[in-house]
Amino acid sequence: MKQVPALKIDGITIHQSLAIIEYLEETRPTPRLLPQDPKKRASVRMISDLIAGGIQPLQNLSVLKQVEEKFQLTWAQNAIISGFNALEQILQSTAGTYCVGDEVTMADLCLVPQVANAERFKVDCTPYPTISSINKRLLVLEAFQVTHPCRQPDTPTELRA
Amino acid sequence: MQAGKPILYSYFRSSCSWRVRIALALKGIDYETVPINLIKDGGQQFSKDFQALNPMKQVPALKIDGITIHQSLAIIEYLEETRPTPRLLPQDPKKRASVRMISDLIAGGIQPLQNLSVLKQVEEKFQLTWAQNAIISGFNALEQILQSTAGTYCVGDEVTMADLCLVPQVANAERFKVDCTPYPTISSINKRLLVLEAFQVTHPCRQPDTPTELRA
Repeated sequence: MKQVPALKIDGITIHQSLAIIEYLEETRPTPRLLPQDPKKRASVRMISDLIAGGIQPLQNLSVLKQVEEKFQLTWAQNAIISGFNALEQILQSTAGTYCVGDEVTMADLCLVPQVANAERFKVDCTPYPTISSINKRLLVLEAFQVTHPCRQPDTPTELRA
Repeated sequence: MQAGKPILYSYFRSSCSWRVRIALALKGIDYETVPINLIKDGGQQFSKDFQALNPMKQVPALKIDGITIHQSLAIIEYLEETRPTPRLLPQDPKKRASVRMISDLIAGGIQPLQNLSVLKQVEEKFQLTWAQNAIISGFNALEQILQSTAGTYCVGDEVTMADLCLVPQVANAERFKVDCTPYPTISSINKRLLVLEAFQVTHPCRQPDTPTELRA
């Protein structure tokens, strides 16, 4: 698909971020990234798919390049706004400390990077208090900090933390 | 409506709805259909009632076991976990990864780029090319991936969630007049799947909301 990420692990290469995460969950089950209860697992996957399938693909680089330059920002903003409008509503019934209940799940792994994209595209997140507060809580966790775009091997100097 | 039967909110031609219809048929789950017409009345998915059910204002949505789930793959994975036979995901984690990879490629990498709400944002004269490009990019990748995963079907010789994604996407390709000659593996797997009963009874041409002129 000529996209990142791709993971070489256990002799295979997997792409599609959620397929990678589900493989890691099944082969390295602790700590869990999906709850035990099937209904809560459905909520986690629903939120993850909403972001990974319903928002991000519409605002990623290869799609934006097909949109006339003067409309690119609005296009990206619209994709995020539509998705966040829905997500803010859904989180009313699923969220605890994090997206689904009080443990970090795959849904949270999707949320934080998407909020970062929203900031990059100058989307006003005031209408999304639940998304914003969950994002804030997640960003203080070590795993979200060490993996932040500003701390990667390929982070340009001027963007490095 | 019988109490307790799952309710599927579906549009006959929605490829995402078709995926779930196939899963329900394969698992022998009886359900009610509530048709949501994506075009009539400005799009019934925008009604207040439906928006409360699915804030993304998209089909499918499934009411089952006292909850409502949307996002077709989340629905299918829930059905798999609660009604595990027949399987829609292999037992082996590496094969499961292949199934999810192919499913996500289609459900996240192709379909969202050519669905109605996105096409409406593209200038009318470019809409067909836009949809075709989305499908061609995806199918170019998928044809390559299937070289290493496919047996009779997308992953090995059993029907999996990947196959439930493939057939409706090929139907979309045909609707958008995409030439499928460069995709012999996709085409032959699609052909094999279409003869199976679950793919036939759930076909867009046989739904409660199929318009008369498109009915089989």
